Amino acid sequence: MSAVIDTHDTEHAHHGPAKGIRRWLFATNHKDIGTMYLVFSFTMFLLGGSMAMVIRSELFQPGLQIVEPEFFNQMTTMHGLIMVFGAVMPAFVGLANWMIPLMIGAPDMALPRMNNWSFWILPAAFALLVSTLFMDGGAPNFGWTFYAPLSTTYGPPSTTFFIFAIHMMGISSIMGGINVIATILNLRAPGMTLMKMPLFVWTWLITAFLLIAVMPVLAGVVTMMLMDIHFGTSFFNAGGGGDPVLFQHVFWFFGHPEVYIMILPAFGAVSEIIPAFSRKPLFGYASMVYAVGAIALLSFVVWAHHMFTVGMPVAGQLFFMYCTMLIAVPTGVKVFNWVATMFRGSLTFEAPMLFAVAFIILFTIGGFSGLMLAIAPADFQYHDTYFVVAHFHYVLVPGAIFGIFASAYFWLPKWTGHMYDETLAKTHFWMSFIGMNMAFFPMHFLGLAGMPRRIPDYALQFADFNMISSIGAFLFGATQLLFLYIVVKCVRGGEKAPAKPWDGARGLEWTVPSPAPFHTFATPPEVK
Amino acid sequence: MRMTALRVGTLLAGLPVCQSVFADWTVNMTPGVTSVSRDIYGLHMTIFWVCVVIGIVVFGVMFWSIFAHRRSKGYKPANFHEHTWVEILWTIIPFLILVVMAIPATATLLRMYDTKEADIDVKITGYQWKWHYDFLNEKFGYFSNLATPQEEIHNLANKNEHYLLQVDEPLVLPVGKKIRFLVTSSDVIHSWWVPALGVKKDAIPGYINETWAKIDEPGIYRGQCTELCGTNHGFMPIVVKAVPEDEYQGWVQDQVAQAEKLRELTSKDWTKDELIARGEKAYNTTCAACHQPDGSGAPPTFPALKGSPVATGPMEKHLHTVVFGVQGTAMQAFGKQLSEVDLAAIITYERNAWGNNTGDMVTPKQVLDFKQSQQ
Repeated sequence: MSAVIDTHDTEHAHHGPAKGIRRWLFATNHKDIGTMYLVFSFTMFLLGGSMAMVIRSELFQPGLQIVEPEFFNQMTTMHGLIMVFGAVMPAFVGLANWMIPLMIGAPDMALPRMNNWSFWILPAAFALLVSTLFMDGGAPNFGWTFYAPLSTTYGPPSTTFFIFAIHMMGISSIMGGINVIATILNLRAPGMTLMKMPLFVWTWLITAFLLIAVMPVLAGVVTMMLMDIHFGTSFFNAGGGGDPVLFQHVFWFFGHPEVYIMILPAFGAVSEIIPAFSRKPLFGYASMVYAVGAIALLSFVVWAHHMFTVGMPVAGQLFFMYCTMLIAVPTGVKVFNWVATMFRGSLTFEAPMLFAVAFIILFTIGGFSGLMLAIAPADFQYHDTYFVVAHFHYVLVPGAIFGIFASAYFWLPKWTGHMYDETLAKTHFWMSFIGMNMAFFPMHFLGLAGMPRRIPDYALQFADFNMISSIGAFLFGATQLLFLYIVVKCVRGGEKAPAKPWDGARGLEWTVPSPAPFHTFATPPEVK
Repeated sequence: MRMTALRVGTLLAGLPVCQSVFADWTVNMTPGVTSVSRDIYGLHMTIFWVCVVIGIVVFGVMFWSIFAHRRSKGYKPANFHEHTWVEILWTIIPFLILVVMAIPATATLLRMYDTKEADIDVKITGYQWKWHYDFLNEKFGYFSNLATPQEEIHNLANKNEHYLLQVDEPLVLPVGKKIRFLVTSSDVIHSWWVPALGVKKDAIPGYINETWAKIDEPGIYRGQCTELCGTNHGFMPIVVKAVPEDEYQGWVQDQVAQAEKLRELTSKDWTKDELIARGEKAYNTTCAACHQPDGSGAPPTFPALKGSPVATGPMEKHLHTVVFGVQGTAMQAFGKQLSEVDLAAIITYERNAWGNNTGDMVTPKQVLDFKQSQQ
C-alpha cells in the first residue's frame, strides 16, 4: 500500500494547485474539493434559509398576506429539499473531504477523480431543481416527502425535473460514500487500527454505509414515480391497482436512515470538540462507536414510525413503536458519555465548544420530543402537527447545523492559517442560540394546541406563538450573514494560527502546519 | 405563571402582539372528550415528565461541570475515560424506563384499534379540499366545506372567532354512542383529525381505514386536515357537533327528508335561469377551488373553463368530463359526488358564464339518462 503512495508522492509533491478556474473545475485535491463542498453548502443554506424567511413572513400573522398557498407549498417543499440535500449533506461531505485524510494520515481521498465528479454533479442537480421555480405550473409543491399520488397524478409538470435532480444528488452521495469508505479502509496511517480512529472518522464510515444502503432506495422510489407519470404504470395509483402507502414505505425506508446520515457526522465532530475543550479524553470511546453502530442498524427497522396514522395493522404499529423507543438507549449512551467527558474536565468556552455544548443540550431536547413521538398512541395527536416541525428542527438545526458550525470554528484555523474573530464568533453563537430557540420552541406549543404543519394560514388562537416564532426565525436567519462575514474575515487575515491552536486537541490533523499545505502526509505518519 | 411571565416579557419587548385577534396561550394537548383521548393525554404527560426528570439529572450534571469545572477557576482536569459499571448502568436504566413506558402505550393502542360493535357507521371521504360524510345505516350523506369568507382570508374583513375552523355543514354525532369512522379519499391522501376526539386517521385513495370514538360530552369540536393535500390543504377544516341522542335522531330525520326532496328536484322541470342560479352556487363550492370563480383556472394543472373547447363544445363531451373525470389528471369523476340537479346546474352554468354564451342547457333528467346510458 505504502509503495503506491510513494509513487504518487514523487509525481505530485513538487507542484501546487493549478491556476485560475482550472484549479476548481479539475480539482482532485481533497482540500480544494472540501472547500468547494463547504462553499456550495453554505450557498444552499442561505438559499434554503431565505425560503424559510418567506414561510415565516407569511405565517407572521393569520390571513394571506405575502404569498398565495400554491407558492407557499413550493417554498416549504424547496426549503426542505435544499436544506437536506443541498446544505446539510454537502457540508458533512465537505468536512469529510477536508478532515478524514488529515485525521487518518492519508495523502488524499482514495478516489480523487470520482471525488471531483461527485462534487460537480451537485451544482448541476441544484440548478435543475431551482429552475423548476421558473417553470410553467411552478416548482414541486408536495412537500419534501413528496407523497404519491399528490406528487404523481396531481403533481406539477416540473416533477420530472425534480426526479432527475434527485437522481443526480443520489449519484453524487453514493460516490461520496464509496470514496469515504475506500479512504478509511485503505489509507489509514500504519498503526491506526479501526479502534484508534477519531470518532469523526468512525461516524463518517458508518454514515457512508448508510448512504450506500439507502440512496438507491430513494432513486428507486423516484423512478417508480417517473414510470407512473410518463409510462403508464400504477405503482402508486390506487385506480390502477397500485398502492399509495407503498410509496411511504419505500420513501421512509430511505428517509429514516437519511436523518441519521444528517446527524451521525455531527455526533463525530462533537466527540472531537468536547474532549478538546474539556482537556480530558473522550469518555467511553468504545461504547461511543458501538452506540453509533447500534443507531445505524436500528435506523433500518423504524421507518414506519413516520406512518403511524396510515392504518397499519396493530402488530406493525407495536413493532415500530418498540424499535423506535429502543433507539433512545444508544442515543442516551452518547449523551451521557459527552456529559461524562465534560465532568471534572478543565473547561473553556471558545466558539466551537459553545456550539458543541448547545448541540448536546438542544439535540437532547429534540431527542426527548422524539421519544414522545415514538409513543404510537400519543403520535396520533402529534403526527403532522407543528410538534413534529419543532422536533425535527430541534435535531437538525442545533443538531446538524450547530455541529457544522462547531466543526467550522474548530478547524477554520487549520484551513485558513488564521484565527477567527472570537468575539464575533461568540456573538454569532448567542444570536443563533436565542433566535433558534425563539423560532422553534413555541412550535411545540402550537403543535400540541392543534396546528397542523404545512399550512399557509391558521386559526386565530395560534397567532401569538407564530409571531414570536417568526421573529426568532428572522433573527436566526440574519445572524447567518454574520457567520459569512466571520469566515471571509478569517480567510483574508487575522492572527496567525499555530499548527495546534487548541491546547486540548488531539489527532493527526494538528501535526501538520496551519494552513494545511496543499499536499499533506505524502509520507504516512506512524501512529503508536 | 410561566405563561404570564412570557406575556409580560413579550409586552416588555414591545412586540406588536395584536390584542384584537382572538389569541390565547394554549401550550398543551387537549385532554379531549373521549376515553381514548384522555388515555393519550395521560401517556403524553407521563412521557413528558419522564423526559423532564431525565433532563434535570443530565443537564444538572452538565451545568454543574460548566459552573465548577472551568479552567478559569483553575480546575485541573481528571483523566478518567471509562467506567464499565456506570456505562452498563446507564444503558440498562433507560431500557427499563422504556419497558415501563411501553406497557400502557400498548394497552391504549390496542383499545384504539378495537372498532368492533359500533352503534353508528360514518364513512368519511376526503376530497380536494372538503370532507364528505356518509351515514351508512341511514343512507344519506353530504359535503362539509370551509365556511370562512374569502374576504377574511384576504384581510378585507375582520376575522371571526372561528376563522378557518368553521364549515357549512358540521358532522353531527350523538354522545354516548360508539361511532365507527371509515376513512377514505377520492383523490390524494388527506388526514382526518379532531384533537378532542383523539382521532387522526389518514384518508388514502384505495384504502378504507377504520377508527372510532365515543364522545362523552355534547359540544362543538374542531379539527383540520393534517396531511398535505395540495393548494388548499390549510382550508379544509372539520367541525363535529356532538348532541344528545334525541336531538341526533331529529337531525337524522331531517337529513333523510332532505335527501328525499333532492330526488324530487331531479324530476322537476327546470328553466335555464333556475339552473344557472343554482349552478353558480354549486360551482363556487365544488369547482372554483381549482378552476377559479372566474373560470380562468390555474393552467396547466387546472385548465381554464372560460372559452374552453369542452365548456363551449358538444354537450356530450362536457357531460362525460364532469361525470367521469379525466383519467390521469386532477379532474375527478363528479358523477357520484354530486346530485343530478347540481351536475345539470353546474354544466349549464359553465356553458353560459364568463362569455361562454352557448345558450344551451341540460336538465337533471338528461344527466340521469346520460349516466344510465353509460353504464
